[in-house]
Amino acid sequence: MTITVAGNKKEYEDGINLPTLIEKEQIDNAEYVTVTINDEFVEREKFPETIIKDGDVVEFLYFMGGGAR
Amino acid sequence: MSIVLKLKKSDYDKMLKHCKDGLPNESCGLLAGTVEGEVKTVTKIYLLTNIDASNEHFSMDPKEQFAALKDARANGVEIIGNFHSHPESPSRPSEEDKRLAYDPSIEYLILSLQEADNPVLKAFGIDKDKNVTIHEIQYI
Repeated sequence: MTITVAGNKKEYEDGINLPTLIEKEQIDNAEYVTVTINDEFVEREKFPETIIKDGDVVEFLYFMGGGAR
Repeated sequence: MSIVLKLKKSDYDKMLKHCKDGLPNESCGLLAGTVEGEVKTVTKIYLLTNIDASNEHFSMDPKEQFAALKDARANGVEIIGNFHSHPESPSRPSEEDKRLAYDPSIEYLILSLQEADNPVLKAFGIDKDKNVTIHEIQYI
Protein backbone atom coordinates (compact mmCIF):
# COMPACT_ATOMS: atom_id res chain seq x y z
CA MET A 1 0.00 0.00 0.00
CA THR A 2 1.03 3.61 -0.49
CA ILE A 3 0.76 6.07 2.36
CA THR A 4 2.02 9.58 2.97
CA VAL A 5 4.26 9.99 6.00
CA ALA A 6 5.41 13.45 7.00
CA GLY A 7 4.71 14.68 3.49
CA ASN A 8 6.50 11.82 1.69
CA LYS A 9 4.85 8.98 -0.26
CA LYS A 10 5.99 5.60 1.04
CA GLU A 11 5.29 1.94 0.43
CA TYR A 12 4.42 -0.28 3.36
CA GLU A 13 3.00 -3.74 3.75
CA ASP A 14 -0.74 -3.94 4.33
CA GLY A 15 -2.06 -4.26 7.85
CA ILE A 16 0.69 -2.61 9.88
CA ASN A 17 -0.35 -0.84 13.02
CA LEU A 18 0.71 2.59 14.19
CA PRO A 19 3.44 1.49 16.66
CA THR A 20 5.05 -0.56 13.87
CA LEU A 21 4.99 2.43 11.54
CA ILE A 22 6.57 4.61 14.25
CA GLU A 23 9.28 2.01 14.73
CA LYS A 24 9.96 1.63 11.00
CA GLU A 25 10.10 5.40 10.56
CA GLN A 26 12.74 5.52 13.34
CA ILE A 27 11.00 8.39 15.10
CA ASP A 28 13.22 9.77 17.87
CA ASN A 29 11.59 10.21 21.27
CA ALA A 30 8.44 8.56 19.98
CA GLU A 31 6.78 8.73 23.38
CA TYR A 32 6.57 12.51 22.97
CA VAL A 33 5.05 12.41 19.53
CA THR A 34 1.43 13.16 18.71
CA VAL A 35 0.08 11.51 15.59
CA THR A 36 -2.55 12.57 13.11
CA ILE A 37 -3.99 10.31 10.44
CA ASN A 38 -6.00 12.04 7.72
CA ASP A 39 -6.11 15.19 9.88
CA GLU A 40 -7.52 13.37 12.93
CA PHE A 41 -5.53 13.16 16.16
CA VAL A 42 -5.02 9.59 17.37
CA GLU A 43 -5.24 9.05 21.12
CA ARG A 44 -2.11 7.39 22.45
CA GLU A 45 -4.02 4.50 24.03
CA LYS A 46 -5.44 3.72 20.60
CA PHE A 47 -2.06 3.48 18.88
CA PRO A 48 -1.83 -0.35 19.02
CA GLU A 49 -5.30 -0.87 17.57
CA THR A 50 -4.83 1.71 14.84
CA ILE A 51 -4.22 -0.03 11.52
CA ILE A 52 -2.71 2.04 8.74
CA LYS A 53 -4.67 1.86 5.49
CA ASP A 54 -3.78 2.48 1.87
CA GLY A 55 -3.85 6.20 1.10
CA ASP A 56 -3.58 7.34 4.71
CA VAL A 57 -1.78 10.60 5.42
CA VAL A 58 0.22 10.35 8.63
CA GLU A 59 1.92 13.21 10.45
CA PHE A 60 4.10 13.15 13.56
CA LEU A 61 4.14 16.16 15.86
CA TYR A 62 6.59 16.55 18.69
CA PHE A 63 5.31 18.01 21.91
CA MET A 64 6.81 21.49 22.07
CA GLY A 65 7.17 23.17 25.38
CA GLY A 66 9.63 24.45 27.91
CA GLY A 67 10.13 26.80 30.75
CA ALA A 68 12.25 29.61 32.04
CA ARG A 69 13.91 27.64 34.84
CA MET B 1 29.37 22.72 11.67
CA SER B 2 28.31 26.34 11.61
CA ILE B 3 24.59 26.73 11.11
CA VAL B 4 23.17 30.07 10.05
CA LEU B 5 19.53 31.02 10.42
CA LYS B 6 18.24 33.65 8.04
CA LEU B 7 15.27 35.59 9.41
CA LYS B 8 13.36 38.45 7.85
CA LYS B 9 13.37 41.59 9.95
CA SER B 10 9.59 41.79 9.46
CA ASP B 11 9.21 38.28 10.92
CA TYR B 12 11.39 39.25 13.86
CA ASP B 13 9.13 42.27 14.42
CA LYS B 14 6.04 40.01 14.38
CA MET B 15 7.68 37.65 16.85
CA LEU B 16 8.66 40.51 19.14
CA LYS B 17 5.15 41.99 19.08
CA HIS B 18 3.58 38.58 19.77
CA CYS B 19 5.88 38.06 22.74
CA LYS B 20 5.35 41.56 24.12
CA ASP B 21 1.58 41.24 23.69
CA GLY B 22 1.73 37.97 25.63
CA LEU B 23 3.40 39.45 28.69
CA PRO B 24 3.56 38.69 31.55
CA ASN B 25 3.34 35.13 30.17
CA GLU B 26 5.70 33.28 27.91
CA SER B 27 4.72 33.26 24.24
CA CYS B 28 5.60 30.79 21.53
CA GLY B 29 5.45 30.00 17.85
CA LEU B 30 6.85 28.03 14.94
CA LEU B 31 9.19 28.80 12.08
CA ALA B 32 8.73 27.35 8.60
CA GLY B 33 11.30 27.48 5.88
CA THR B 34 14.01 25.73 3.94
CA VAL B 35 17.28 24.04 4.78
CA GLU B 36 20.18 24.09 2.33
CA GLY B 37 23.27 22.62 3.87
CA GLU B 38 24.07 24.70 6.90
CA VAL B 39 21.80 27.58 5.93
CA LYS B 40 18.27 27.60 7.27
CA THR B 41 15.97 30.26 5.85
CA VAL B 42 12.74 31.18 7.59
CA THR B 43 9.96 31.87 5.09
CA LYS B 44 7.05 32.19 7.50
CA ILE B 45 6.44 32.37 11.21
CA TYR B 46 3.38 31.12 13.05
CA LEU B 47 2.23 32.78 16.24
CA LEU B 48 0.85 30.10 18.54
CA THR B 49 -0.99 30.01 21.85
CA ASN B 50 0.85 29.13 25.04
CA ILE B 51 -1.77 26.82 26.49
CA ASP B 52 0.05 26.89 29.86
CA ALA B 53 -0.69 30.65 30.10
CA SER B 54 2.29 30.94 32.43
CA ASN B 55 5.27 33.26 32.76
CA GLU B 56 7.57 30.32 33.52
CA HIS B 57 6.33 27.59 31.16
CA PHE B 58 4.97 27.14 27.70
CA SER B 59 3.27 24.37 25.77
CA MET B 60 2.15 24.78 22.20
CA ASP B 61 -1.43 24.00 21.24
CA PRO B 62 -1.16 20.75 19.22
CA LYS B 63 -4.06 21.75 16.98
CA GLU B 64 -2.34 25.01 16.11
CA GLN B 65 0.93 23.14 15.63
CA PHE B 66 -0.76 20.80 13.19
CA ALA B 67 -2.42 23.67 11.32
CA ALA B 68 0.98 25.35 10.95
CA LEU B 69 2.52 22.10 9.72
CA LYS B 70 -0.21 21.66 7.12
CA ASP B 71 0.16 25.24 5.95
CA ALA B 72 3.93 24.84 5.68
CA ARG B 73 3.54 21.64 3.66
CA ALA B 74 1.02 23.37 1.36
CA ASN B 75 3.67 26.01 0.73
CA GLY B 76 6.37 23.44 0.01
CA VAL B 77 8.40 24.12 3.15
CA GLU B 78 8.98 22.42 6.49
CA ILE B 79 8.82 23.38 10.14
CA ILE B 80 12.46 24.24 10.83
CA GLY B 81 12.25 25.72 14.29
CA ASN B 82 10.29 27.11 17.14
CA PHE B 83 10.54 30.14 19.39
CA HIS B 84 9.44 31.15 22.83
CA SER B 85 9.98 34.09 25.11
CA HIS B 86 11.68 34.36 28.46
CA PRO B 87 9.90 37.32 30.08
CA GLU B 88 12.24 37.57 33.06
CA SER B 89 15.34 35.55 32.21
CA PRO B 90 18.17 35.55 29.67
CA SER B 91 18.08 34.12 26.17
CA ARG B 92 19.44 30.68 26.86
CA PRO B 93 17.82 27.26 27.12
CA SER B 94 16.71 26.43 30.64
CA GLU B 95 17.04 22.89 31.97
CA GLU B 96 13.37 22.41 31.18
CA ASP B 97 13.85 23.77 27.66
CA LYS B 98 16.62 21.26 27.10
CA ARG B 99 14.71 18.38 28.64
CA LEU B 100 11.67 19.09 26.45
CA ALA B 101 13.64 19.62 23.23
CA TYR B 102 12.63 16.35 21.60
CA ASP B 103 13.41 17.19 17.99
CA PRO B 104 17.18 17.55 17.44
CA SER B 105 16.68 18.62 13.83
CA ILE B 106 15.08 22.00 14.48
CA GLU B 107 16.20 25.42 15.69
CA TYR B 108 15.21 26.58 19.15
CA LEU B 109 14.89 30.35 19.38
CA ILE B 110 14.56 32.18 22.66
CA LEU B 111 13.58 35.82 22.89
CA SER B 112 14.52 37.37 26.20
CA LEU B 113 12.42 40.32 27.34
CA GLN B 114 14.30 40.61 30.61
CA GLU B 115 15.31 44.15 29.69
CA ALA B 116 12.21 45.85 28.32
CA ASP B 117 14.09 48.12 25.93
CA ASN B 118 16.69 45.55 24.90
CA PRO B 119 15.08 42.33 23.64
CA VAL B 120 17.62 39.60 22.87
CA LEU B 121 16.89 36.83 20.37
CA LYS B 122 19.23 33.86 20.06
CA ALA B 123 19.03 30.59 18.11
CA PHE B 124 20.19 27.26 19.47
CA GLY B 125 20.59 23.69 18.39
CA ILE B 126 19.87 21.05 21.05
CA ASP B 127 21.01 17.54 20.20
CA LYS B 128 19.82 14.17 21.53
CA ASP B 129 22.33 14.34 24.38
CA LYS B 130 21.06 17.82 25.23
CA ASN B 131 24.24 19.54 24.12
CA VAL B 132 23.48 23.13 23.20
CA THR B 133 25.12 25.05 20.37
CA ILE B 134 24.44 28.66 19.53
CA HIS B 135 23.69 29.49 15.91
CA GLU B 136 24.13 32.76 14.08
CA ILE B 137 21.02 34.70 13.12
CA GLN B 138 21.30 36.78 9.95
CA TYR B 139 18.57 39.35 9.46
CA ILE B 140 17.47 39.74 5.85
